[in-house]
Parts: sequence; C-alpha cells; structure tokens
Amino acid sequence: MSTTLRAGAMPAPRSSLVGPIFRIFLIFALCMALPWLFYNYTTGRHSGFMLTMFSQMGMMAIFALSYNMLMGQAGLLSFGHAVFFGLGGYFCIHLLTAAGGGSLPVPLEILPLIAGLCSMLVAIVFGYMATRQRATAFAMITMGIGELVATAAVMFHAFFGGEGGVSSDRMIDRSLFGLTYSQGVQVYYLIVAWSFISILAMLYLTTTPLGRMANACRDNYERAQFMGYDPKFVRFIQFALSGLFAGIAGGLSAITYEIVTFDSVSGALSANALLMVFIGGTNAFGGPILGAVLITLMQSGVSLISNSWLVYVGVLFIGMVTFAPAGLAGLIAMHSPLQQAGRLKPLIVPYIRIVVPGLVTLIGFVGVVELLSFKTIGAAQGKKLVLFGNPIDATTAQPWLIVTGMFLLGGLWLWREGRWFHTLWEAMMADLKPKKGAAQ
Amino acid sequence: MTEAAIRLNDVRKQFGNTEIIRGVTLDIVKGERHAIIGPNGAGKTTLFNLISGRFPITSGEISLNGQRIDALPPHLIKRRGLSRSFQITSIYPRLSTFENLRCALLWNQGYKYSFWHTLSRQKELNAAAEHLLEEINLTARRDVPAGLLAYAEQRALEIGMTVAGDATVILLDEPTAGMSHSETDYAVALIHRMTEGRTLLMVEHDMKVVFDLANTISVVVYGQVIASGKPTEIRANRAVQEAYLGALEA
Repeated sequence: MSTTLRAGAMPAPRSSLVGPIFRIFLIFALCMALPWLFYNYTTGRHSGFMLTMFSQMGMMAIFALSYNMLMGQAGLLSFGHAVFFGLGGYFCIHLLTAAGGGSLPVPLEILPLIAGLCSMLVAIVFGYMATRQRATAFAMITMGIGELVATAAVMFHAFFGGEGGVSSDRMIDRSLFGLTYSQGVQVYYLIVAWSFISILAMLYLTTTPLGRMANACRDNYERAQFMGYDPKFVRFIQFALSGLFAGIAGGLSAITYEIVTFDSVSGALSANALLMVFIGGTNAFGGPILGAVLITLMQSGVSLISNSWLVYVGVLFIGMVTFAPAGLAGLIAMHSPLQQAGRLKPLIVPYIRIVVPGLVTLIGFVGVVELLSFKTIGAAQGKKLVLFGNPIDATTAQPWLIVTGMFLLGGLWLWREGRWFHTLWEAMMADLKPKKGAAQ
Repeated sequence: MTEAAIRLNDVRKQFGNTEIIRGVTLDIVKGERHAIIGPNGAGKTTLFNLISGRFPITSGEISLNGQRIDALPPHLIKRRGLSRSFQITSIYPRLSTFENLRCALLWNQGYKYSFWHTLSRQKELNAAAEHLLEEINLTARRDVPAGLLAYAEQRALEIGMTVAGDATVILLDEPTAGMSHSETDYAVALIHRMTEGRTLLMVEHDMKVVFDLANTISVVVYGQVIASGKPTEIRANRAVQEAYLGALEA
C-alpha cells in the first residue's frame, strides 16, 4: 500500500502526460460534436440559440481563466479585467474591417491572436502601473483603469464608436480553411479551436517557473524576494499574459457578434469575471471553466424565462462564497478522498435528504421572487404570470402563502438536514484519517 | 588582508527617533561560522534585516564580497549570493514541501522568469530539490502543503529553502528556535553539512548550538557589538559575562 502511494506521488512526466492529452482531445471532440445534439434534422438547421450560448461559454471560459491567472494563481484581485477583453474586441472589429477592406492581408482565424497581442500591449502599459502594488492598492488601481477605459469608450468615437459601438462584417472571404463564416456553427468551431489553444497555453503556464513563482508570490511575496525574485516583475509578466488571453476572448466575441460596444469594457463585465471565477473555484485550474459555463447558462437560459435572473446569480454568488468558498471545483475536490476510498455510495441517501428540502426551498424562493417581480414589473406590462407551467393569479393570497411557506419551512427543513449532513460528513472524513495513517 | 564576506562599517538604523542599531562595525570572514548572540531586543534580527536588504539602513556601509549592497533590494542581494532564513517561519503555505524547495532553487539554476520551461521536465532541478528534501528529512512529506507541516518540519524546510542553491553567504535567524533536543541535534548536523565551504552568519539563543557550530562569536548588546572573537575568548570575556552569559548562568 505504501509503495503504491509513493509511486503515485513521484513525478512521472511521460506516463502522466499521455492521459491528460488523450482526455483533452476527447473533450475537444465532444465540444465539436456538441451543436449536433441540437441539430434539427427536419429543417436542416442548427439551433441558433444553443450555438450562441456555446460560443459564449467558450469565450467566457478563456476570459474567466485569464482572470484566474491573476485571482487564483497570483492572488491579485482585479476590478478592471474587462478592459483587456473589451479592447481585444475593439481591436478585432477594426482589424476585421481592415481585413475585409483588403488593407490587411490576414486570414480571419488569426485575428483573435492579433487582437490578443494588442490587448497585451495595453496590459503592459496598465500592468506597469498596477503591478507595482499588490493587495488592496492593486485592486484600487485596476478599478481606476477600468473606469478610465470605460469613460474613454464613450468619449473617443473614432475608435470606440460612442454609445452605439463599432460593428463590422465577419464574412471577409479570407480564411485559412476556405470557410466563409456565414454560419454560426463555423464561428463556433473557431471559438472551440481558440478556446482549446488558449486553455492549453494557460494550463502550460501553470507548469512553468513563472507560474510557480506567481503562486509563491501569492503565498508569501516577501520570501520570494529573498529567493532572488522581484515579486513586482512576476506580477507584471503574469498580468501582461493574462491580458493576452482576455484579448483573445474579446476578439472572438467581436467575430461572433460582429459588434463591440461599451459594455465589453464595463465594470459589469469585470465583476462578471470575478463571479465566474469565484463560483467555479479559484484553486483548481478548471474551476473557472465551470463557473463560465454555469454563469453563461444562467445569462442565456434563465434570462429567457425570468426577468429576475440577476437575482439568482447574486444569490448563487453569496451562497457559494458563504458555504463553498472553494467554488464548484472545491465541492468536487472535497469528494476525492471519499472516492479514492470507494465510499461515495453511503452518501446517496444523505444527498437525497439534502436535495429534497433544497428543492422545496428553491421553488419557494423562486416563487417569492417571481411574484414580487411580477407585482412590480410584469403586471404593468399586462403579462400573465406562469410559474412552473401553471398560470397563476398574483392578486389572490393563495400563491403568496404557498411560496412563502415553502420557502420558510423548506429553509428550516434544509437547515436541519444540513446540520445532520455536516455531522455525518465530519464523521466520514474522520473515519478516513486513521486508515490513511496506517497505510503510511 | 583577510577577505571579508560581509563587512559592516558603522551601520546605524533608526526607527523614528529610536536608534536600534548604534554603529555596528563588523567583518565576517569568508568561510567562518559566525554566531551573533545577545539579549532579547539587542537588535540581532534588525541587523539581519539590514544586511539582507529587508530594511534600508539609516547610515553606514554594508558590503558583500567587497561590493556595496546597502542600497539594493532583497532580490538583488540574494542574486549576489546572500541567502537568509527567518525567525518566524516564512514558507509558501499552499505549495507542497517539494514545490517550496524547488522555488528556492529556481533563480539559482537560471530559470529566471521563464514561462517556456516545464518544471516537471527539468531533471537537474528536480533532482536537486529531491536531494534537498532528503537532506532535511522530509521525503515522506514531499507532497503535503507546507502550511500543514508540523512546526519542527516547517523549521527544517525553512533551513532547506535558505541553503538551497549556491549562495556563498548564509544568514540563519534562530534556526533551532522551538525545536526539541533531538530535532536541534539533527538541525545542527544539517546546518554543519549544508554550510560546508560557505560563510555562515547566524543569530541563536541556544548556547549549545552556538558553541557547537560557531568558530567566531559576536555579542550584540543594545545595538552595538561589545565583543567579537573565538568562542573561548568570548566565554572568558568579562563584559560579555556581565551583559549576557552571566545572566544565563545565574
């Protein structure tokens, strides 16, 4: 037992790399196949909604990961990361126009990279200012930079196009692969390709001396100094590279939507990056991807059925920060010791006992929010309220009583089950420990 | 003329109006094991902080191997071959024991700010880190986050990180503080082994450790060096006995 443990702990560069690479290609193939699940064979068309949503997920995954290069890996809280996404978008839309006009002989596939490099140049300038500081001062400077660029975006029409933004046409007839990009699915493939290149590049960066020293400076910047490293310079390079990837994501967004507006450099998008990364988890490399997928799902999916979707995002964020600060990835990682010991099965019933009251509370909460929102907005618009497939009359007391009751009683029930679950979990973890000790 | 690894010339340090280091002039000869002793609050750790560049000096001169270093930031001093440890353990808590040691070797092995090397494929670097891990007896704790190590293990890691690479001058700030007898014995042997052929300057309270390791001792009292010499001379020195040793034996 002890020998196998040691063997697992030793670095085995060759054998350990084959696995991940195979897995990455498998995921790549799955992502390429994904839109075909929603392909309508009778009309012969892709689902435009699904394609846009998956495209958005791809670029948000790059954006969130680039944010986590600062947040999770270097311990830098930035409030202005959208600057590099948005500027990447503006650069790309101008490049697109230039390439379409014939003055720039570059294929469309390369444009996101050029936009990314332009963003990196901006990140070098702003990074020089911001990365001289760390912690709160860094956060404040990035917030200032974010405001500065957002203001500039409204003021300088030549480059930013004012409030209307800048639009262009992606069908420039310049492609490495002879694609026209007239169909959404072609753009989606381009996004998948760039997402994989960017994600692999960012994954690679975590294995390099710079990546490790970014972690070291996050943990203890002073010690890093006494190891010959200048923490400012570590932060600076990390910041510049993070700007590169954010710019690529922005460039992809410009190609997808053929328009870039002021929103793409706004503080709201910077906050979104923070949201995705926190909800997904900052510690695991893949955490931000989970966050990007979930937030995009809420933005595109939930926003279709509810006006109050932002409330749900907010509550999810508060809930995660309070109860699962390590994010979704952290929740998954918590189970790995149990999984290794083959003890996941005893958790099935406890999970059901958590999920049932959880659902009751959730339905109650959604009901309360939707009724309130209907009262204030929906009713004035002369709409009818439909909750969970049932038309509901919000003027009677009955629906209010039911949802409030579900919310309160469900919450109480959830709280009790949660306490029980917590005790059980602690016991299970404690049960694992002596076993581990004995094995060593 | 003997070659000084570190030369302090009338070094002074003021915090506000309080002068903590009041004119220290001291030569640390190349290759010697030099211990600094003195009562609490005498300014021993401050002296370390001045030499290693953590704080700027108020006046005076500090040179390392003949070159002025008193205006340099810590990372440049480290690159010139001076490495230090901390009295209060200073490690990377979320990185594994192995990663902590590997980070300590990076600059020395010339990786600088590289974002093109894969760490796991650098054979020489990894072998050196594994070797250090064995030296500090933490191979069994290789992949444990350093923040979860026991106190004595963290102290051993602290020493390992400081002696990693080929710094010619090693500063250890109370390396054995808080260790048990057997741990201290192990640490002394380790320090002896790892500082072979280098210059060692250390602050230490444990007189047994001092007399085991040091071949030169300086006594700092109230921000000044009141005596400096071989251990036997220091033992016999009257002023020292009054100021320090006497208090211990009484």
